[in-house]
Amino acid sequence: MIAENLIKTYDKGKVRALDDLSLDVEEGTVLSVLGPNGAGKTTTVRILATLLRPDSGVATVAGIDVAKHPDKVRKLIGLSGQYAAVDETLTGWDNLVMFGRLHHLGKQQSINLANELLERFSLTDSARRAIKTYSGGMRRRLDLAASLIVQPKVLFLDEPTTGLDPRGRMEMWKVIEELVMGGVTLLLTTQYLDEADQLADEIAVIDHGKVIARGSSDALKRQVGGERLEITVESDDVAKVQEIVTRISRHATHVDSRTVSAPVSNGAGALIEALRALDESKIHPLDIALKRPSLDDVFLSLTGHVAEETVIEPVKKKRGGRW
Amino acid sequence: MVNYALADAVVITKRQLLQLARIPELLVFSTIQPVMFVLLFRFVFGGSIQTDQPGGYVQLLMPGIFVQTVAFTLASTAIGLAEDMKKGLIDRFRSLPISRGAVVIGRTFGDALLNLLVLAVMALAGFAVGWRPTSGVMKVSLGFLFLFMFGYALSWIGIYVGLSVKEARTVQSVGFLVTFPLTFLSNAFAPTTGMPRALQYFAEWNPVSSMVAACRQLFGVENQFGATANSWPSQHPLETSLLYMLLLMAIFIPLSIKKYKNTSH
Repeated sequence: MIAENLIKTYDKGKVRALDDLSLDVEEGTVLSVLGPNGAGKTTTVRILATLLRPDSGVATVAGIDVAKHPDKVRKLIGLSGQYAAVDETLTGWDNLVMFGRLHHLGKQQSINLANELLERFSLTDSARRAIKTYSGGMRRRLDLAASLIVQPKVLFLDEPTTGLDPRGRMEMWKVIEELVMGGVTLLLTTQYLDEADQLADEIAVIDHGKVIARGSSDALKRQVGGERLEITVESDDVAKVQEIVTRISRHATHVDSRTVSAPVSNGAGALIEALRALDESKIHPLDIALKRPSLDDVFLSLTGHVAEETVIEPVKKKRGGRW
Repeated sequence: MVNYALADAVVITKRQLLQLARIPELLVFSTIQPVMFVLLFRFVFGGSIQTDQPGGYVQLLMPGIFVQTVAFTLASTAIGLAEDMKKGLIDRFRSLPISRGAVVIGRTFGDALLNLLVLAVMALAGFAVGWRPTSGVMKVSLGFLFLFMFGYALSWIGIYVGLSVKEARTVQSVGFLVTFPLTFLSNAFAPTTGMPRALQYFAEWNPVSSMVAACRQLFGVENQFGATANSWPSQHPLETSLLYMLLLMAIFIPLSIKKYKNTSH
């Protein structure tokens, strides 16, 4: 799946949703597109999923140009959006059978597949209930199930866990991880940094319609800086600990009330060394940790602003109205 | 491809019927309002509007209420579609390898079937309050066919409006703002002779008037509420109605399908 130099503007060019955005996902891998609201995540997904035409640029899925042959692309993809796009007045079973029929499966085949998917996503007990009685997590799972009717080669998940409670999120992650094990190519957008960390092989950080960094989670973290050793002790011991940390780190230490920290190159080794030194000095640490920079740090150092809503994404604004 | 297009449309229609089966209240509400109109007009206005129509005002009224009710199909189609858009369901349909017209065609089928049911319930209600068409089975059936087709044609305008406005509540207001004046600035409930000149002219050419006049003719009632001027529409209500319906469909079917295809492009 490749997107090259995508540009998409709204409001007659006033809002630049995508500003020369390029990315590619290798077959069988997971790319997470990470960015705040308004960065252009949904627009990117909509273009790749044939729902939106870019002003310029080329996008291909499995080698097929999405603008030229949308019908061919649609046979290969599954899409699950931010909102559970299913008929809420119908039951889960009704919906899955309907989508099976719309994929031109036979009646019996659609029914079998619906039962299978409901079982797989732990929805069998609620199969005969209207979706509007479902919890948020159940809706998302059903929505995901609906996008898996024809075993898509390429799956788009647009913020699959936005708005879910922690338990719903964990369940969704589990389901997504199982899918990835099955070998699907996945493009996942998220504004949760830990979600990208957890699920993706590669992360593309986007901001204002541009990819501003990409690489594995570890590579991105390295880009920001290595690990830090962080020790918290009683106030009386701070001076002594600072001495120890300076010796191990050979860098300037940072003291924040009772916490002493400094960058270290060999994290695990430094940790052992620190523990020994503390033990020898009979100092009992309140907390000791090896801190790796979070993706929040990555975002901050890349964009100069924290991961938060910066502009109103026209796509989202219009969802209420236009879509 | 054509086979699939029809099969896909039928799946979408079935979905709408399934909704009615899953939420029977929907069915009750869509039939209760027209029945209420029949009763209100029959007993509120029926007593004070003087006609020399054998069988009374209700004979003139029923064609008017039938037409008004099917005219609301415009709004109900538009609202249904706007809701699907808002919920992202249309996006999902559009990401599926189904033929591009199927989703909207399916919806017009569904709304047409619902109209058949509503017309049947209204006819029974009308019968209960004294409506007695006298023209024979053939002509009465033709009258219902006209009503059915009128609803279907308006459904396609509804598709276009639903795709353009995309907010169910706005659609609802627009629907009422258009449908109410159109149905009342006509010969449906009262003689057009009482209206100011400009409105009379409008009422004369209003498709609703032509439809009501056509139905009155087909149900065997003299059209006492229209035909003030000797205009072509009032002289030829059947032809005019047919022309209006064909014209609307010829414009709005291709327009709506194109709009659906290009939505959010």
